[in-house]
Amino acid sequence: MSTQSVPLAIDVRGVRRVYKAKPNPVTALDDIDLQVEPGECFGLLGPNGAGKTTLIKILTTLLLPTSGTATVFGFDVARQTMEIRRIMNIVSGGEQSGYGLLQVREQLWMMSQFYGLGTREGWKRVDELIEAVGLSEQRNQKISQLSTGQRQKLNFARGLLNDPWIFFLDEPTLGLDVSAARAVRELVRDWRAAVPGRTILLTSHYMAEVEELCERLAIVDRGRILAIGSPAELKRRLQRESIFRLELDRLNGGPATLAALPGVVSAVVPSRDDAAETADRQTVLVNLVLTDDAALGPVVSALTGLGAHIVSLQKSEPSLEDVFVELVGRGFEEGSAGGGKTASGSGTPTGSGTPTGSSTSATSGTPTGSGTPTGSGTPPGSGNDTTPRPSTHPNLPIGEQLERDEPYEPSEPVGSAR
Amino acid sequence: MSVAPDAPSIYVHRRTASPAAAAAWSPRHQLATNLRSILGRAYPRLIGLRREPSWLLFEILLPFLTTSAFVFVYRALQAPPEYVGFVVLGGAMTAFWLNVMWMMAAQLYWEKDQGNLDLYFTAPMSLMSILLGMAIGGLVATCLRAGVVLVIGTLLYGVVFSIDQWALLIAVFVLTLVALYGLGMVLASLFLLWGREAWHMTQALQEPVYFVSGLNFPVGRLGALGAVAIGIIPLAVGLDGMRQLAFAGSSANIGTPKPEVEALILVAMAVVFIGLARFMLRKLEWLARNEGRLTLRGN
Repeated sequence: MSTQSVPLAIDVRGVRRVYKAKPNPVTALDDIDLQVEPGECFGLLGPNGAGKTTLIKILTTLLLPTSGTATVFGFDVARQTMEIRRIMNIVSGGEQSGYGLLQVREQLWMMSQFYGLGTREGWKRVDELIEAVGLSEQRNQKISQLSTGQRQKLNFARGLLNDPWIFFLDEPTLGLDVSAARAVRELVRDWRAAVPGRTILLTSHYMAEVEELCERLAIVDRGRILAIGSPAELKRRLQRESIFRLELDRLNGGPATLAALPGVVSAVVPSRDDAAETADRQTVLVNLVLTDDAALGPVVSALTGLGAHIVSLQKSEPSLEDVFVELVGRGFEEGSAGGGKTASGSGTPTGSGTPTGSSTSATSGTPTGSGTPTGSGTPPGSGNDTTPRPSTHPNLPIGEQLERDEPYEPSEPVGSAR
Repeated sequence: MSVAPDAPSIYVHRRTASPAAAAAWSPRHQLATNLRSILGRAYPRLIGLRREPSWLLFEILLPFLTTSAFVFVYRALQAPPEYVGFVVLGGAMTAFWLNVMWMMAAQLYWEKDQGNLDLYFTAPMSLMSILLGMAIGGLVATCLRAGVVLVIGTLLYGVVFSIDQWALLIAVFVLTLVALYGLGMVLASLFLLWGREAWHMTQALQEPVYFVSGLNFPVGRLGALGAVAIGIIPLAVGLDGMRQLAFAGSSANIGTPKPEVEALILVAMAVVFIGLARFMLRKLEWLARNEGRLTLRGN
């Protein structure tokens, strides 16, 4: 059957979702339009509170839209909930569901019953999936004794029990170590490839993960979609500007100092996977987006004035992270509790009150959301700690960094995933 | 949509031609899924009997001490010997009441807290199946506990039963459990809606409910209050009916309706509570989807 005869996997039109809250209602989604083709892996990128999870909850029938319509493979999320539940599944990062006294096999078997698998069929399916996600050694272990990564593998096995046509993945590799995350991505890719039409909606904080898995993605902020396209299309948006990768011995004042210079669109300390190569050298990496090459001169002069020495300078292609910062006007965690990783170079406070003294990136872009200052924040660029922490992710709260074993690494095919 | 020829079975479990075909379930398939869901949700309760033997202490030994205390008081007061039987029967039924309060009424609230409620909502079955699974699993496990209390109490304190109508006794027992667990299903929804307020209310009501249910004495002794309890609390009416049937002809059974009438009251209660539970669950799901406050933790 060709995909033309099948309705859109996801068709969201004019969806708005408002939560009752005091003193004012909160608009989580504001007039969202989104179409995902059958067979696509579609990514949603956005900072915390952007509305990604709300959209997933609407599509998985957990929430009703306040207005607008949404369908999943032609089934209306408001009226045809059971039909949707029969063809989808969802896995969220950090999910702690289950009953501690049950063993891994038993927990999965119990869930298989909720999807109507026969008793023996359920046990067989459970054993297959336990093998596939690499939980064979823990199959008879109580789930209360599983580590965070093992829990997430269990969640993945649960998500595949009913062989869904559409798989919603909300931060699926959160808390997984490198090899486990890689195995999970491999599993997802193989599962999708096995049957044409299988669709994935993925949210992730790991831009490289979204870039690796998804054909298209949307950048979401403050309940609105700011841009949709393939990673390559989105990156081409920045091609009109010049992008340089600077390695410095130090940077007093942080990237915000550079972001404030004329001709500088943004100055960002790259995420830890990009920065890993310089971690041993105790230098500072800065990704600079300039209006044109001519703006580089004043930057070099300013650095000299600040006493910084350039270790290396490289002109580079824009990354998805550059696109994100350009569109959203800040890094991932800003705007969420415990965040505050980005300093605004435009002087517009965008944080949620987290002191920018811990910031590691800056942008000169005007916020592209509602255009209003969202934080009670500290003035930007004040006392930024510009020294990147080796092996840590600048876009993650410290607490979260401590829970992670390893930085993100793009995957390679691994046999263990099967 | 065709399946890749070399796709391993792990990725292609149930071959459906399209999402529309996968979503079209026959009524038989729907019924089977709901029955399997009941079995699935009952499973943790049954396996818990073996995995967590602490129930021997908390649900048999400790309640049995209370029962024993009443036995000694009645003996000291030289009460009719049936009173010892009343207390042992009440002690056995206490296990069901505790199970309903803490493993039924509070359970959906806990499920929400643990993140299980989201999974139940997104699974293609009725939430009623989850509640029934909880009820059946709890009921079977508690029957074992109550049976142990009854047997030990009977042997230890020499209780002599006088049963003329076995069938009616069994019917009243079964109806009591159906009505009791129906009430538990209603309370489960209320707990979820009201959260901690319901929790506090239950704690505040626990002893008064014990009292007006007549767990340790014939409820008829309470006069008008006992009559009210028989009208609204399944445990009160069921226990009174069972006492009348298990100790037939005892002069201690006074002031309450005949067991046949009480059986009818239990039937009415069972219908009302289960109907109400179904209504409450629908209301609950509507609230969950409309306001988002039931599936979001911390609300």
